[in-house]
Amino acid sequence: MSDSQAKNNELVRVDNVEKIFHRGSEEIHVLSKLSLLVPTGEFLALMGPSGSGKSTLLNLIGGLDRPTNGTVTVAGDRIDQLSDRQLAAWRARHIGFVFQLYNLMPVLTAERNVELPLLLTTLTKAQRQKHVATALAMVGLSHRAKHYPRTMSGGEQQRVGIARGIVTDPTLLLCDEPTGDLDRKAGDEILNLLQALNREHGKTIIMVTHDPHASARAARTVHLTKGQLTREAVA
Amino acid sequence: MNAMLNWLAQIASITKFGLMSIPQRRGAVFATVIGIAGVVAVLVGVLSIGAGFRRAMTNSGSADAAIVLRSGSDSEMVSGFGRAETRLIADAPGVARNKDGPLASAELFVIINLAKRSTGTDANVPLRGVEGAAVSVRENLQVAEGRMFAWGKNEVIVGRGASREFAGLEVGSTVKVGREAWPVVGVFTANGGVAESEIWTDAKVLQAAYKRGDSFQSVYARLNSAAAFTEFKDALTSNPQLNVKVLRQSEHYAAQSETLTRLISTLGFIIAFLMAIGAVFGALNTMYSAVAARTREIATLRALGFGSGAVVIALMIESLVLALLGGAVGAGLAYAAFNNYRAATMNWQSFSQVTFAFAVTPHLLVQGVVWATLIGLIGGLLPAIRAARQPIAAALREL
Repeated sequence: MSDSQAKNNELVRVDNVEKIFHRGSEEIHVLSKLSLLVPTGEFLALMGPSGSGKSTLLNLIGGLDRPTNGTVTVAGDRIDQLSDRQLAAWRARHIGFVFQLYNLMPVLTAERNVELPLLLTTLTKAQRQKHVATALAMVGLSHRAKHYPRTMSGGEQQRVGIARGIVTDPTLLLCDEPTGDLDRKAGDEILNLLQALNREHGKTIIMVTHDPHASARAARTVHLTKGQLTREAVA
Repeated sequence: MNAMLNWLAQIASITKFGLMSIPQRRGAVFATVIGIAGVVAVLVGVLSIGAGFRRAMTNSGSADAAIVLRSGSDSEMVSGFGRAETRLIADAPGVARNKDGPLASAELFVIINLAKRSTGTDANVPLRGVEGAAVSVRENLQVAEGRMFAWGKNEVIVGRGASREFAGLEVGSTVKVGREAWPVVGVFTANGGVAESEIWTDAKVLQAAYKRGDSFQSVYARLNSAAAFTEFKDALTSNPQLNVKVLRQSEHYAAQSETLTRLISTLGFIIAFLMAIGAVFGALNTMYSAVAARTREIATLRALGFGSGAVVIALMIESLVLALLGGAVGAGLAYAAFNNYRAATMNWQSFSQVTFAFAVTPHLLVQGVVWATLIGLIGGLLPAIRAARQPIAAALREL
């Protein structure tokens, strides 16, 4: 691939990013001069021990936080320069999130949870219902559409979370420890699903995990230690 | 347009989640609603005393009826006229007439002591001596029980309110006037007005009993119309034989009620304000705990792209809904407990008791709901701002 082809194909560019948190007078350097490129269509795993900065990096790429220094460009937008309001709209348009603890609304059914990101679009109710049905079908939960999260297993709840993450057909799917709260069997089902989304539907996925079993499903794995990329492995 | 609809949809969604999660926080929510209901009930209840007193006084006089006092008098207690003056007043232009003559009643006013039914303590009760036209001068005055007193006899009729509040005022009982006991022969109503707090008898009989000669304290007159008041007043005030103060009855009674209603309103607002401070803290506590319990939910919504402004507005709406619920409960309680509750109090202008019913008016109910709204807005604002300013990344990991 030539440089220009690579540039055209790149979805995420993180350049010399630093993230410093303050605790009283103490400065905590979570990310130090970190750079990363993620091309469109890649399934990337971010691995590292607790405190290595992998979730912080995911938050920066997802527009949930801003770097102290450096630039973050996603889908051609310099998101480190956007205001809070612009970032919220940008996230709604480009990012699908999958969380470790699913983060579903307990008072809503599965289909209403999946519909949430669509409330930020101009789609009609009928269009929204169609999108929701498609997303639930993709995660194999059409039969659980009317069920509340509390009546579902962890694996099912996470599949609802994934359906919510993909229902707007986002540019990028960000998964923060998506199997961290699941047993091996349910975790495997989730990883199969993510792999299928990447391979069959071309979804670009960045997944934070500390589980080598999970990272083995990704096309590429980068390791973080103390806020820096230390190793990279391609499957 | 689309952006606005989108924003409203965000607010509606977040509000809906908040309201739907109330059962999970029912203890704190219940305490807040009851706290706000208490503020509104006390405010409306206290102010209903003033409103009821004002209503009793203003129901007493219409714009086409006048009262004439000696110039410089604030009340009938300190006023005084001779027979010649009352005749001049009755014959003045503007006074309505019927076949018996002018509709004007020269009256005198004394105070007797009677025991209150509720406490057994003595209270000043007005005993009014009237002339034949007195019933026609007042609107809606009717003998509801027994009969009218006989002119020239030591008999009295008593107002419905006085009969209810003071002991020994039933038809068939007697009232001690000076050294004599006068029979009560009837009970009258006057549309809930101040006359219902009084005992009436023939003015001439009362003059004799109290050795007042042929003197009176006031003249009550019905006019041809409300517009005739100016003619009537000008005629009396320009007459060199008279030294009088002429008032519409409605104005006279409004002025009489002013001191007490102002006192009650001031006390009511002070009590309600102090209680409202407590209720604001209650609402703050509820909304802070609502925000704390939903930190991760709110952060999730914001991560998905819901705006901070929508979060603030939605939490404010939730707080307002709880406050309005409290307001409605409080207003309902106040209405059930206080509306038409009967009482008697001192009219400081006449140094006599006035009976009246507490009045929970629509205006007071609205006032109560406005207070509830303010409590809800103040109690919701800070927690809402906190929810909107929490860092999303950290809040997402809250358990």
